[in-house]
Amino acid sequence: MTEPSAKQEGLSVLDRPNSYIGKTVPRPNLDRLMQGRGTYVSDMELPHMAHVVFMRSPHAHARILDIDATAVKQMPGIVAVVTGKELADVITPWVGVLSHLKGLKSAPQHALAIDRVCWQGEAVAAVVATRRALAEDAAEQVQISYEELDAVTNMRTALDPDTPVIHASLGDNLAFERIHHAGEVDEAFAESDEIVEAEFIFGRHTGVTLEPRAVVADWNAAEARLTIYQGTQAPHMVQNIAALHLGLEERQVRVVCKDVGGSFGIKVHIYADEMATYALSKLLKRPIKFVADRVESFNTDIHARDHGCKGKIGVKRDGAITAFEIDDLTGIGPYSMYPRTSAIEANQVVNLIGGPYVTKNYRARARVVFQNKNVMCQYRAVGHPIACSVTEGLVDFAAMRIGMDPVEIRRRNLIADDAYPCGSPTGLKFERLSHHASLAKLMEMMDYDRLRAEQTELRKRSIHRGIGIASFIEVTNPSAAFYGVGGAKISSQDGVAVRLDAQGSVICQTSITEQGQGSESLTAQIIGSVLGVSMDRIRVILGDTDNTPYGGGTWASRGAGIGGEAALQAAKILRKNILDVAAAILQSTAAELDIVGNAVVNAGDRAPRIELKELSRIVYFRPDTLPPGIQPELMATRHFVPRQYPFAFTNGVQASWLEVDTETGFIKLLKHWVVEDCGTIINPQLVDEQIRGGVVQGLGAALFEKCIYDERGQLTNANMADYLVPMPGEMPDIDVGHVVSPTSESELGAKGAGEAGTAGAAAAVSNAVNDALKPFGAVITEIPITPQIVLTALGKI
Amino acid sequence: MTAPIPLSLRVNGERVDAHALPRTNLADFLREHLQLTGTHVGCEHGVCGACTVRVNDEIVRACLMLAVQADGASVQTIEGLSDSGEIADLQEAFRARNALQCGYCTPGMLMAAQDLLRQQPAPSRNEIRGHLSGNYCRCTGYHAIIDAIEATAHLRRRSAR
Repeated sequence: MTEPSAKQEGLSVLDRPNSYIGKTVPRPNLDRLMQGRGTYVSDMELPHMAHVVFMRSPHAHARILDIDATAVKQMPGIVAVVTGKELADVITPWVGVLSHLKGLKSAPQHALAIDRVCWQGEAVAAVVATRRALAEDAAEQVQISYEELDAVTNMRTALDPDTPVIHASLGDNLAFERIHHAGEVDEAFAESDEIVEAEFIFGRHTGVTLEPRAVVADWNAAEARLTIYQGTQAPHMVQNIAALHLGLEERQVRVVCKDVGGSFGIKVHIYADEMATYALSKLLKRPIKFVADRVESFNTDIHARDHGCKGKIGVKRDGAITAFEIDDLTGIGPYSMYPRTSAIEANQVVNLIGGPYVTKNYRARARVVFQNKNVMCQYRAVGHPIACSVTEGLVDFAAMRIGMDPVEIRRRNLIADDAYPCGSPTGLKFERLSHHASLAKLMEMMDYDRLRAEQTELRKRSIHRGIGIASFIEVTNPSAAFYGVGGAKISSQDGVAVRLDAQGSVICQTSITEQGQGSESLTAQIIGSVLGVSMDRIRVILGDTDNTPYGGGTWASRGAGIGGEAALQAAKILRKNILDVAAAILQSTAAELDIVGNAVVNAGDRAPRIELKELSRIVYFRPDTLPPGIQPELMATRHFVPRQYPFAFTNGVQASWLEVDTETGFIKLLKHWVVEDCGTIINPQLVDEQIRGGVVQGLGAALFEKCIYDERGQLTNANMADYLVPMPGEMPDIDVGHVVSPTSESELGAKGAGEAGTAGAAAAVSNAVNDALKPFGAVITEIPITPQIVLTALGKI
Repeated sequence: MTAPIPLSLRVNGERVDAHALPRTNLADFLREHLQLTGTHVGCEHGVCGACTVRVNDEIVRACLMLAVQADGASVQTIEGLSDSGEIADLQEAFRARNALQCGYCTPGMLMAAQDLLRQQPAPSRNEIRGHLSGNYCRCTGYHAIIDAIEATAHLRRRSAR
């Protein structure tokens, strides 16, 4: 039972002596990664392990006529060739819907396709061999014949009556629709001095984790237990789903997550080929390893964005924004992804449009349609880049129309810093945001006026530079409102167990996971600060369903805010327990004692009384010397979940400074600034690096990244050479500043920071490009902004 | 399938005598035959740089070189450079600057960075960015990596004085 986070001890972890909170300290265990001595799933070998290679559909939509593996059976190293029908005896299909997304529908999806394939890359058969290369050799000899069917590829015509319906049982290709209306939109537009409309196009792109998705599944038939080694962000979710569909109890499934080579939301989903790997291990009673190759990654890792969003804004001549309206359309592939569904991104777009601004007049429609392309789902900053680009693009166009500076129109419309708590037209609850303070800080960091003057000067020399501003809000610390209320077994609470070992060091088990963000570090920093133990004496265990409390994991910018608070509360209990024992040993009272520098000290003069090492020795080995009736508890567990606010919103503002070459269409990013407010900052360096990494993923979307499909549903650039990601030479230095508005929902006060960078980067770049092109009257509303798009906008091609 | 071919090479200073199929690339040979899993495989077509190793003093993409081509060569991997202490300062700078997150690109990134610093003791930020243009990082956004390499170059110049 968690007690209310009352500050009964009269001291906060934030102001304790030797606190690590707010300090830049290096992450523990970086040597392992820097020396190449980590353990990624792709590094793992188990005894008697076999490798699976999946045969994948070359067609976007086809009927499977025949799978002939007779030639393969005699090939060296072959263990099995398994079809969808055969695997269906081991693992049941699933449907990716959530009950709170009313009307969302999808069709049953199997681990391996049965009868029909619905996108290029869908797995059709599994070839298992003793080595991966041998499985690949064999896969070349499996003959699969298909009858190609009409493919639905254009999301704009997906709902037309003459477009084939992908899943006949669903009746049409509409997966989800949401309509929202708040305030007096028509009246507001009627009263506006100017109305600007634009259609924004967002390219499909993907996460490109440097380590592809990888799984080793190990069914131990004697124990009737499955161990899944997987680079996942949510081990307990994987445990639940694997057990559910394999007909097991959760206690029969252990999920272990060691080092993970990048995640970004790509590794928070349940993929059919991963489910097939679990099932193959159970079927073949031996460890099976699946590591996606890069082509498979592009064809099967979830894609994201791919929205076309019509937007409309009304504005008065004094700059007051009167209303926003959008009509958003997105194509998600043939299935809603499991278990988080593929309607969340569009739902977020509806939720977040206009979020930083005061106007209450808002009308939105979002439609999510099926198509025969790879599945789309939640990737870093889900929906935010779209909502931010549409909102901030419209705000800039409105400013341009009335001849107002883009900073000034924001000053006049951003929600005032003293207006909180308040809500949005879509019912979002804002506890405390800092749009104006953030904007003011940004202006100072970038020296806005000087930059404008420089821009004007350079224009005289035909150098076209642009400044783009983008304010944003970000959903962090999600409560059960995200998934739990819709029926998904995805925990929104996290747990931390912390104990003193027999040498006075601390072992901590947490349900949040590490993919490089610094979960391990922030947990150790919090525990060290509360306990008065140095970080080198703290070991943090994560990513193992057998050895951590139950919890959600690391996604949706929740690790620090939720897992961090659980760590704080657990450490407080352990601290109290330690002081109680110390008081008994020292014939003192807990109130007279403190823990500083790995030793119990006098609370007053900080004179050392007993080292934690000695206290542990007594408790574990000489409890006979303790006073009667004392039963020390040197382990404590606490869980935390936000209850008051469904989400802890953060806010911030970004700016881009870039140069457009109007002859070649190339864009040179010169500088990028971010000011964001994630509440209490546990480790400033880690927060800044989350922001920078997030920004660069947003910059990739802005300028380079796009999954290019042809009209037959073939992905034409499914490799790292043709799919462009940001490289060091193209990226600018990124300055990061902070405003700090802690959430009062937790004692820690931390909100999330993992997605803020991605949320606003593309919007800032788009606005900067349009600012640079202003003298030409050219406007661009499509990303990625390739040279071709620039030159087309300039009328040069 | 062609039979395995014998090869003899030095890996991190240690003599290795092995057999490898002609088609086995150096990355797979290091990872699967020698269990030196610090050399990572990201794209398997020579683009991402995660498998960067040093062969006879030149950095190469281990996924684009066949193991049999390394017959008679001297190969250094991240494990070797770590154990010899050659890049201890660079690793320390990466730690101090948090120039890695997931760490998957890091061995290749350190290989490429050390290669630059051996050729150019005083690289500009742009030169650093240019030299790393064959090494993808999806986590950091590169800024911290550039900082760490710049700081190492600075420290090495100071200690060389």
